[in-house]
Amino acid sequence: MTTKLPRLARPLGIGAIALIVEYLLLGTQQFANALTLGAIYALIALGYTMVYGIVELINFAHGDVFMVGSFLAMWIMTTIFGLTGPVTNLLNLVALLAIVMLATMVGMGLIGMFIERVAYRPLRHAPRLAPLITAIGVSFILQNIIATAFGPSPVNFPQIVPADKFALMGGKIAYLNVFIVIMAVVLMIALQLFVGRTRLGRAMRSTAQDREAAELMGVDINQTIAITFFIAAALAGAGGMVQGLYAGSIKFDLGFFVGLKAFTAAVLGGIGNTTGAAIGGFVIAFVEVYATVIGYTQWSEVAVFTVLILVLVFRPSGLLGQQLGERA
Amino acid sequence: MTAVSKPQAQSPWARLRSTARAHRSITILVGWLIIAVGLPVIVLIPPLSTFQPQSLWIDGFSNAGVFILLAMGLNVVVGLAGLLDLGYAAFFAIGSYVYAFGASPFTATQIPFWPMLLVGAVIAATLGLLLGAPTLRLRGDYLAIVTLGFGEIVPAVFLNASSLTKGTNGIGGIYKPTLFGFNFTLENPVPYYITMVGILAITMIFLYRLQGSRLGRAWMAIREDELAAASSGINTITTKLLAFALGASTAGLAGVFATSKLTFVGPGQFGFQVSFTVLAMVVLGGMGNIWGVATGAFVIYTIQAVLLKELNQFFQAIHAPILQNIDFVQYQYLLYGIALVGMMLLRPEGLFPSSRRREELHVESEDVADIPPPTEALDQ
Repeated sequence: MTTKLPRLARPLGIGAIALIVEYLLLGTQQFANALTLGAIYALIALGYTMVYGIVELINFAHGDVFMVGSFLAMWIMTTIFGLTGPVTNLLNLVALLAIVMLATMVGMGLIGMFIERVAYRPLRHAPRLAPLITAIGVSFILQNIIATAFGPSPVNFPQIVPADKFALMGGKIAYLNVFIVIMAVVLMIALQLFVGRTRLGRAMRSTAQDREAAELMGVDINQTIAITFFIAAALAGAGGMVQGLYAGSIKFDLGFFVGLKAFTAAVLGGIGNTTGAAIGGFVIAFVEVYATVIGYTQWSEVAVFTVLILVLVFRPSGLLGQQLGERA
Repeated sequence: MTAVSKPQAQSPWARLRSTARAHRSITILVGWLIIAVGLPVIVLIPPLSTFQPQSLWIDGFSNAGVFILLAMGLNVVVGLAGLLDLGYAAFFAIGSYVYAFGASPFTATQIPFWPMLLVGAVIAATLGLLLGAPTLRLRGDYLAIVTLGFGEIVPAVFLNASSLTKGTNGIGGIYKPTLFGFNFTLENPVPYYITMVGILAITMIFLYRLQGSRLGRAWMAIREDELAAASSGINTITTKLLAFALGASTAGLAGVFATSKLTFVGPGQFGFQVSFTVLAMVVLGGMGNIWGVATGAFVIYTIQAVLLKELNQFFQAIHAPILQNIDFVQYQYLLYGIALVGMMLLRPEGLFPSSRRREELHVESEDVADIPPPTEALDQ
């Protein structure tokens, strides 16, 4: 915050160091997995961090929005396009992925806006406990709607990307991993540009900084908050779609743990900080994959949770956050 | 307050009310005595008697008592101190496993039930302190997510540390309580019922006295404005820690009782659904009001354990269109979710609110449009 250069240099430096350490510890193969998982966590963590930045609410339902996103993508693929297996034609595949992703993102964005309108906006001036409780309620409503509509057991997600792999530096990497990471990076850059360069992005930043002052300057607060929820849910929807492609099957309670991990990522990066959320996502994915590599798969969730507690105790403002006293 | 200022021309009802208010502990004892005697009689009246036999009802009431105890404990944390604890089932799990370790053939120990009630409560409170100490310094939202994680991690630890806990299989054959040579059995639900009512009455007297004490008022002060409370000389961290530990100890107590009754404990019993159900009970009953929360817990437990099944059978029996095809038991969590959102939007103080809480929570958005809400002052 002191000079202009460190603003970018610090996150890039932390990100680069984290990546190098990850690569050295995991090797190519597992590094690719950690990177893919990290991309998914980062997409969700961005939603937590944006919503928290602007309305100071931990949106407990966000993990479930992600889950609904993967079901929506699955539904679009199977019901509208009738897809079940791999699509071999590259052009078709790219077009399909783009269309499904766009539709999922828009659909989820609208759902996110709807949730905000119904469950959070009426409580904007209520004591802090009230929206937290509705968020928990929304989370359960989403889970149970999906469990009712698609059944409580895991549902197969159409594997439209062929499972081909290519060799790279001693490991075999699936094309899907590459697609997920590139897509996540593109979305994150687009988000940074949107928040940093556009009029709406400026409205978002000013609302996050001081809602009353922003309102006095003519910012439409309701619209800005609605757009924030739209973007957060759209990113979670994109994450949900690639999660389905990556894992092969999806389940109604999938959002719970993924949401918890993504939240940890957001806190680790410094809540309210979008770059931090992205870096946090990759770090958390690394912790999880590393726990699996050294043979403690069933303890990976405990490990992630321990990271959350340690961050909150020793550096509650996160890796990139500012010291905010009471806020953190 | 108005009742106190007008002593003249009191109706007998008002006199009874003021007497009850003056002797709260006795009122609670009498109240529980009436409930304890009344409930087994009420279920003999149709249509309740047609649902299930009286012994099953009494057995169900003991189980409902476990949830009433949980709800009263969570009420201290959420309702009085205003801290959102989303992993409350973790302390329930800890109490349960403490009794399983203390009195089962698996560990080859048999510590009597009665001291274990205290041990379970103390161990749960200690773990509550350990979890709360680092996290209660942070703002409430973080506490919520940390407790959410804790609530998932505790069952995961009991599941994964299988050499100590038999993992998924759980620990069975846990010893039932005995009292002066009298053995509790599964066939006779009455001793458990009486024990539960006793625990509930004592806990409730304790909580009521605590609520009016210096500590209880400090909790409410923190809930309403932490900054103001701190500047009035309240040590907010210690006070919040005490609320957290007390809530945890109540859950530990409930865990010991529930395990002694079920004689089995497994990691699957303590999922997020339990924490969520108890939270729904507290919110629906009215955060901060002990009787309200107890009633909320009782109503929700009875609905979920008895009425939803009966509703299914009823609609199937009369062949109601659409309704007969709906499995209401399956939708209970959906209903809780809708209830939580609906209550927060329409009646945030709960069905049976405490008067303080009602004033605090009923903020009309139009009125405050130009007055910054007090919570925002904290963030600057």
